[in-house]
Amino acid sequence: MSYSKKVLDLFNKPRNAGKMKDYDGIGKVGNPVCGDVMWLYIKVKDEVIKDITFETFGCIAALASSSIITDMVKGRSIDDALKIVKEDVLNELDGLPPVKVHCSVLSVDALQEAIYNYLSKNNKTISESLEKKHQELEIERKQVEEKYKDWVQKEEELHEE
Amino acid sequence: MSIYLDNGSTTKIDPKALRAMIPFLKDEYGNASSIYKLGLNAKNAIEVARKQIANKLEVSSDEIAFTSGGTESNNFAIKSIAFSNREKGNHIITTKIEHKSVINVCKWLETQGFEITYLGVDENGYVKGLKDAITDKTILVSIVHGHNEFGAIQNLKEIKDICGDIYLHTDACQSFTKSDIKYADIVSINAHKIHGPKGVGALYIKKGVRIDEWQQGGGHENRMRSGTENVAGIVGFGKAATLDSKIEHIRELKDYFITKLEKMGRVNLSKDLPHVISVTIPKIEGEAIVGSLDMEGIYVATGSACNSNTLEPNQSLLSIGLNPIEVNSTIRITLSRFNNKKEVDKTIKVLERIVKKLRDISPL
Repeated sequence: MSYSKKVLDLFNKPRNAGKMKDYDGIGKVGNPVCGDVMWLYIKVKDEVIKDITFETFGCIAALASSSIITDMVKGRSIDDALKIVKEDVLNELDGLPPVKVHCSVLSVDALQEAIYNYLSKNNKTISESLEKKHQELEIERKQVEEKYKDWVQKEEELHEE
Repeated sequence: MSIYLDNGSTTKIDPKALRAMIPFLKDEYGNASSIYKLGLNAKNAIEVARKQIANKLEVSSDEIAFTSGGTESNNFAIKSIAFSNREKGNHIITTKIEHKSVINVCKWLETQGFEITYLGVDENGYVKGLKDAITDKTILVSIVHGHNEFGAIQNLKEIKDICGDIYLHTDACQSFTKSDIKYADIVSINAHKIHGPKGVGALYIKKGVRIDEWQQGGGHENRMRSGTENVAGIVGFGKAATLDSKIEHIRELKDYFITKLEKMGRVNLSKDLPHVISVTIPKIEGEAIVGSLDMEGIYVATGSACNSNTLEPNQSLLSIGLNPIEVNSTIRITLSRFNNKKEVDKTIKVLERIVKKLRDISPL
């Protein structure tokens, strides 16, 4: 598979990687059965994303997508961050191979979920579109859980270890 | 210097095989069907190669038909047997761990009125349930010999005993020159897995097997497979089959590799074939490992879903009991006689660093 130099650089030297303690919001998307798990942690102050880190189990494209999105939103307002679409991620990465485009989608989903998590924990207003996105991801997650029920618990076990 | 550890995928051409080919890419360009000297030289070279392949398989030359490779050999064997024996029955038995060139041929045959049984394997990767699957309509059993992902070698003698008069085909591309291939009635092999050139393979067809011609035309390959012969490729294939495959060296290297790998993950089977190692490294995605090693000039393969267009986990690894999460954390290392201990040590050192780095950023 052929990746842009940008993707390979980010894969080789990911930025903002690692777990965050005392985060304000967390977005967990993907599943190891299909190949990628992405967790984004955000720290928010005055509705601005002050800090953001990621943990990803995934391929080169998934790691690069998670890394780039942390750089794209750090220091930006939540409203700005919610405007990011997969095309923005793809542009920043100088593109991804067609079969890997879903990795950029995953990073946007993770960001939206992290923001959703922050907003709902703090009883803040959640826009209709963000709520809709969250519900869609929930349905998807349940479908995967149903299809691979024996194995999904395994993800939690592995995380605990 | 790069380190090539993906010999189950393809191999480096042996300089001796390459040297044997060169005249037929230069001055000896005759068509083997021509009756003058230039043509006869090509014809003779093909027959020498045929003898070399036959000797290696311990069969007779007229039982070997050259093809364009393993995929064609599998298509040739299964489709030709199926249609040539249709009045005897329409049932074919294969397994869930076959190469795509067997599985997808069988899937296509299902659309042509054939019924296919896909057998599973036990925890050691050996086929189970053959006896019960045979019906009076069964005309062919097609089972891979040495497995490309986890290295199990099927017991063809036992399988043939169960088959009785039913034809047994085996895809032996991965095991040719590394393990004896006996008892099957039809055998697929190719050159590029044994340090020969790409684009050439062969099908062994035991005398008396009822099989129609595969490719119509000028009647080449004993009227089984027409088309002007790939003379240089065939010559390279024949030469490659005569070379010492140094199985003991490969096996020693593998055992050494495995003792090191066991410290960072779980080795899956990897016993029978001398060159195949499958290892699951928990909490890290396979393609990320392959990509990281690539940056250091080390080439290995992955069985992970993320590497395929379908995003479905590798069926063969699921068949031996790995769960999809483990499949996505599995890499395959396949050795050759050109690898050495220094390369293994270097790979382990790099791998240890990569595993630590990727685990640090994994949520699992």
